[in-house]
Amino acid sequence: MTTLVAHTGYFTGRQLRALARQPAFVVIMLIQPMIWLLLFGQLFKRVVELPGFVSGSYVDFLTPGVVVMTVLFSSGWSGMGFIEDMDRGVMDRLLSSPAQRGAMMASSVANQAVTIAIQSLVIVLVGWAMGARFDGGVLGILVMLVAAVLLAASFASLSNGMALLVRTRESLIGFSTMLTLPLSFLSSAMMAKEAMPDWIRDVSAYSPVDWAVVAMREALSADPDWGAVLGRLGGLLAVALVTGWIATRAFRTYQRSL
Amino acid sequence: MNVPTGRTHPGVAPSGARVEPAIAAADLVKKYGEVTALNGLSFAVAPGTVFGLLGPNGAGKSTTIKILTTLSRPTSGGATVAGIDVLRRPDAVRRAIGVVTQRASTDPQATGGENLLLAGRIYGMRGRDVKARAAELLERFGLTEAADRVVRTYSGGMQRKLDVAMGLVHRPSVLFLDEPTTGLDPQARAEMWAEISRLARHEEMTILLTTHYLEEADHLADRLAIVDKGMIVAEGSPDQLKSELRGDAVVADLAADADPALARTAIERLGGTRDITVEGRSVRTRVDNGAAAVPAVLAALESAGLAALSITVARPSLDDVYLRHAGRTFAAAEGGEAR
Repeated sequence: MTTLVAHTGYFTGRQLRALARQPAFVVIMLIQPMIWLLLFGQLFKRVVELPGFVSGSYVDFLTPGVVVMTVLFSSGWSGMGFIEDMDRGVMDRLLSSPAQRGAMMASSVANQAVTIAIQSLVIVLVGWAMGARFDGGVLGILVMLVAAVLLAASFASLSNGMALLVRTRESLIGFSTMLTLPLSFLSSAMMAKEAMPDWIRDVSAYSPVDWAVVAMREALSADPDWGAVLGRLGGLLAVALVTGWIATRAFRTYQRSL
Repeated sequence: MNVPTGRTHPGVAPSGARVEPAIAAADLVKKYGEVTALNGLSFAVAPGTVFGLLGPNGAGKSTTIKILTTLSRPTSGGATVAGIDVLRRPDAVRRAIGVVTQRASTDPQATGGENLLLAGRIYGMRGRDVKARAAELLERFGLTEAADRVVRTYSGGMQRKLDVAMGLVHRPSVLFLDEPTTGLDPQARAEMWAEISRLARHEEMTILLTTHYLEEADHLADRLAIVDKGMIVAEGSPDQLKSELRGDAVVADLAADADPALARTAIERLGGTRDITVEGRSVRTRVDNGAAAVPAVLAALESAGLAALSITVARPSLDDVYLRHAGRTFAAAEGGEAR
């Protein structure tokens, strides 16, 4: 267990150092969610006039939605790091060393978590500058970060597991793009539940993406229903643990192909 | 198979005492669907020696290394490394071995120093211990000045050196080197050879080396096995394998006015000369002891009134050995690929 924690620390350090050495990527990573917030905020400005929207400002409503979309789009690419390691021979060296598989998975997830936490804070700041107000205060924002990190953990694990199975960039890109947009729109990220077609509302109730959005909006509201928030956070944690475990098992499948 | 050395056991030390082999592969079979990569491959390596697996690309060398380093599992058969079963206790094997894979395995986005520190820490080395070891290896491989540069900026030779340093950082008892000098320029190759020899002599490391360079196997390996189509077709020390061909080649290049046919007759009459062939103005023969035969050959030519421009003696090469056991020349087995 201590080895698992120590290895996770070393591998996370490796990935964060690599990230810091690509300033252009860091800048893009920070600008992209700003563009979404500005663009969607303008485009759908009058959506709040639809019956069903409780919030009076679409920017208020949209901020958690953009956080969740950013999670999907960032974490869906997580597996690219694994594929790069496979191509570079780093993966095979690690797998024939005492490196813990769980730590390889956990560090990739931790790397995503750090990225997502920073991106989310930037989104909150830009949203605030655009006039969004978060009645939930600091606690609400912290809960939003937790929900974002848990969802990122699930998606990063899914992407990493897929990377170990498909082993090529093209397949992973296809898988990631196939999932992200439908999952975004099968949730209340951009549209209030009350304004959705019934079937989408029914489907979204089972989607961890929607759990994250609902938990965030609830926590950021003036009078949060903490039971609903904790229930959804618990669900997200369970999904993150299960996907992490399954993805770690995928190392075996990868090794069978060698 | 009439390989006289095939039946000796490398696990038997010169004194006759039995020594546990550092690596033992027994009847390894690996199938990828319909393709059979290994077809019953067995060998044993005595501790503290350099063992070479020699064969063309696709012979099964890398598959063997993958199984012995716990990366892949055989379809059937088994193996021990450092006395540990690779199938039952892969974790223990991983702690005992160092692996330098055929392709580079360094992290291009990290510096040379960071790569080495991470490699050491994975094996449980900590604090000052791992830092001192990393500094020592950087020094030994001439990478100290490049230690703080990201590996992406390294030359191929520097990356290869870092690869080897990373395989050594935790002082493994068994080191696997898969094609350590492929793609290196002649000078970098010579440096790598010197380093491998040093490791075997002074650090008592057992080294399993794969190569498709005949001269590399000849130069570095105490014993070697020739692998062809997933099986070992010959095994022994490089000298044993070559001595099977019985004798040295003596080649006499004749002056322009000398008749090769007469030279052939003169050499034939000498006795003890075999396999005489004439190619252009060169007469080639095989004798038991090349150095001793040279004066006699020269005298025979002189008494027949024939002048030789030069006379050369060549020990049989591993190329000859390969030709004999695999039934084709090494270059042909490589499929015309430059080597």
